[in-house]
Amino acid sequence: MTVAEALALIAPHLGDAVCIHSNGYMSRAAYGVRDTERCFYMIGSMGLASSIGLGVALARPELRVVVFDGDGNVLMNMNTLARIAAAAPRNLTHLCFDNGAHASTGAQATISDRVALDEVARAAGYRWTGRVDRAEALAAAIPRVLSEHGPSFLLTKIELGPPGPPGPRIAHTPDAMTRRLRRALGAER
Amino acid sequence: MEGAAAVSTPCPAGRFVDALEGAGFDFFTGVPCSLVGGVIAELERRGTYFGETREDAALGVAAGAYLAGRFPVVVMQNSGLGVSLNALGSLHAIYELPVLLMITWRGYQGQDAPEHLVMGDVLPRLLDLFAIPYRAPSAGEVAEAASWAAATARETRKPVALLVCPGVLA
Repeated sequence: MTVAEALALIAPHLGDAVCIHSNGYMSRAAYGVRDTERCFYMIGSMGLASSIGLGVALARPELRVVVFDGDGNVLMNMNTLARIAAAAPRNLTHLCFDNGAHASTGAQATISDRVALDEVARAAGYRWTGRVDRAEALAAAIPRVLSEHGPSFLLTKIELGPPGPPGPRIAHTPDAMTRRLRRALGAER
Repeated sequence: MEGAAAVSTPCPAGRFVDALEGAGFDFFTGVPCSLVGGVIAELERRGTYFGETREDAALGVAAGAYLAGRFPVVVMQNSGLGVSLNALGSLHAIYELPVLLMITWRGYQGQDAPEHLVMGDVLPRLLDLFAIPYRAPSAGEVAEAASWAAATARETRKPVALLVCPGVLA
């Protein structure tokens, strides 16, 4: 399964969810598949997508928040797994797309082949954790992790894919992304 | 920079938190320092403090809270500013995410344990380099400084900082 295949399978289920995407190829792949005013793409601050998602989830418990993370991002700030688990926001879904590499910097290997990040999330105390490596299993898991009480952590094993970006550069400026999301959430006019 | 270390009675934590809330701040996260122990205790009494594990993670949570309509404060020791620089540069500055950084000034005037001396020395210059406006209020100036911080953050849509010197807050 490629990241684009996985994202295309997830996209129809996202509805009004606030989607926070980690930096690097994760954002570009997701932007190429689906873009709404409730999508926020990090272009820097590696490791912090889950923290941003946590902030939205804590401030607005009535919203569903979905974090699109990668193995490199999760490994960089693994403390956030502990903080999310301890805060236990029911409205947070944490998706980790694991290709075992820092794809956007030249596919240098991470250590996710030896450290099962879903098991780390489970040990930290996420309410639900799971791992899928086939499209059928992802299709079966997605409706559940997007509707049931969280925090949930779903690790999806994806192919590293060919060299080069999996999607276009984000066309929105960073400050425009801030304003469109705040407008969508009624935080500013 | 205005103000200086306290030479008089420290400002009670409750009065400072009242000033922050009065200025509009409504989301508090961070990592503790003994110099703001009273402030964190007061925030916890009010049930409004979300303790984080690392300062950059606190900045991420604050960013999310702002996106969702809140006006955040991140409490940290100046040692945590080093941890925070990438988030401030590649998240808050370019996405225009205002936040009040309440930074304690360990190593102030070179008087502290060795691990605080380097950051204590460069703290104001570091904030200048990152173009983060700041004040270091005395005990009598903290309430007005809270208003200044809120107005500046709203106007610039960027981070601002209040430096908490030893003895300023009770």
